[in-house]
Amino acid sequence: MSGFDQGRGSDVLDVHERARFEQLVLPHLDAAFNLARWILRSREDSEDVTQEAMLRAYRFFRGFHGGDARAWLLQIVRNTCYTWLEKNRPVELMTEFDEELHPQPSVSPEALAIAGDNRERLGRALETLPPRFREVLVLRELEGCSYKEIATITAIPIGTVMSALARARQRLQRALTQPPVQEANREL
Amino acid sequence: MSCDFTRTALHGYVDGELDASRSAEFERHLEACRECAKALETEESLRSGLQRNGLYERAPVGLRKKIRMELDAATAAPVAPRIPAWRWVALAASILLVASISWYAWPRGGTLGTQNPASPPFTAAELIDAHIRSLQPGHLTDVASTDQHTVKPWFNGKLDFAPPVKDFADDGFSLIGGRLDVLGGRNVAVLVYARRKHFINVFVLPTKEPDTPIHPPGLRQGYQWLHWRRQGMEYCAVSDVSVADLHELAQLIYQ
Repeated sequence: MSGFDQGRGSDVLDVHERARFEQLVLPHLDAAFNLARWILRSREDSEDVTQEAMLRAYRFFRGFHGGDARAWLLQIVRNTCYTWLEKNRPVELMTEFDEELHPQPSVSPEALAIAGDNRERLGRALETLPPRFREVLVLRELEGCSYKEIATITAIPIGTVMSALARARQRLQRALTQPPVQEANREL
Repeated sequence: MSCDFTRTALHGYVDGELDASRSAEFERHLEACRECAKALETEESLRSGLQRNGLYERAPVGLRKKIRMELDAATAAPVAPRIPAWRWVALAASILLVASISWYAWPRGGTLGTQNPASPPFTAAELIDAHIRSLQPGHLTDVASTDQHTVKPWFNGKLDFAPPVKDFADDGFSLIGGRLDVLGGRNVAVLVYARRKHFINVFVLPTKEPDTPIHPPGLRQGYQWLHWRRQGMEYCAVSDVSVADLHELAQLIYQ
């Protein structure tokens, strides 16, 4: 796996390491929660999973040798989310990561602008995407991560981050411009 | 989607991940290709929709607290030397001895605090949490007024003490209001001052401890605070302004 050495879950940390963790990692709590929230689609579950991920990060903290603390933390949050999904909602992980870039039905920018300016609709459309599409979009558009950071966090090769984003955006456009009724049927 | 550029360059361009020459090449191409120009417009409108609509969800305040408590529990105490068993017996005996002496010698009715008398009766984490919470929309003031004669009486009946309230607009610290908050399990008064575009929270609560000078500044998560006691009141000023500015306000209040 690319990215950081997560270290071994090891001995208890001391007060100095606690202070360093507070300074480097804890400020990214919002980023951690936001990512979990969009992978799990539930604020409640995200609270539990974020808490668990933070504690796990703390135990691995000796394996963090500086660098991008946010990406390091988000990598752990993401892994914790998927472990949780496997255990609690395995069906959600069955959707294949669609490799094909489909020919696009023409979506007018105007129609998209109207649909995309409604928080409810946008949030719902985002939630209909498979988690692996959702996470790259959230990392890029909400968290402002670079391709390199996205590759680190999601463990996909950096060369495929762009195509993953392209596919995710296309899926989101489709979800957004479908009439709401059809969208509801699709969920059933 | 027939244009090759749409597949290979458009998203990298939108995301600012193309190098300069590739980016320039794509821009030249855009002038000629209607398909790419339209796709670009679509992508940009989608992006601005995602970014403008408040989809980012911040962690609830309580979660930060819960996590801190768990971290504390997972942290080793500063000193934990190994002590042989027989020493425990000796230690227990001496504790018992000291305890029984103190029982007789200790003045009755005093507070049983184990805290350092120079530090405030709440933790830095609680203080900074309260400050950050106040900066969330709609949390800064319960009574918004630049008039000290409005803010001071507002606290009447809401607290069992009357915090001193003064406006220092002429010195560059304008009072913008007050609110009630809870620190270390106690109700406290908070005076809110504005310094340019920054806010300063001054937490005030009564104390029985004697006056202290303004203590050296504390720093946590990018916020500074100053603590002092004066005429039966405990003060803590917190902000992201410079220490010099914070100190200036502390001195104005101290006088």
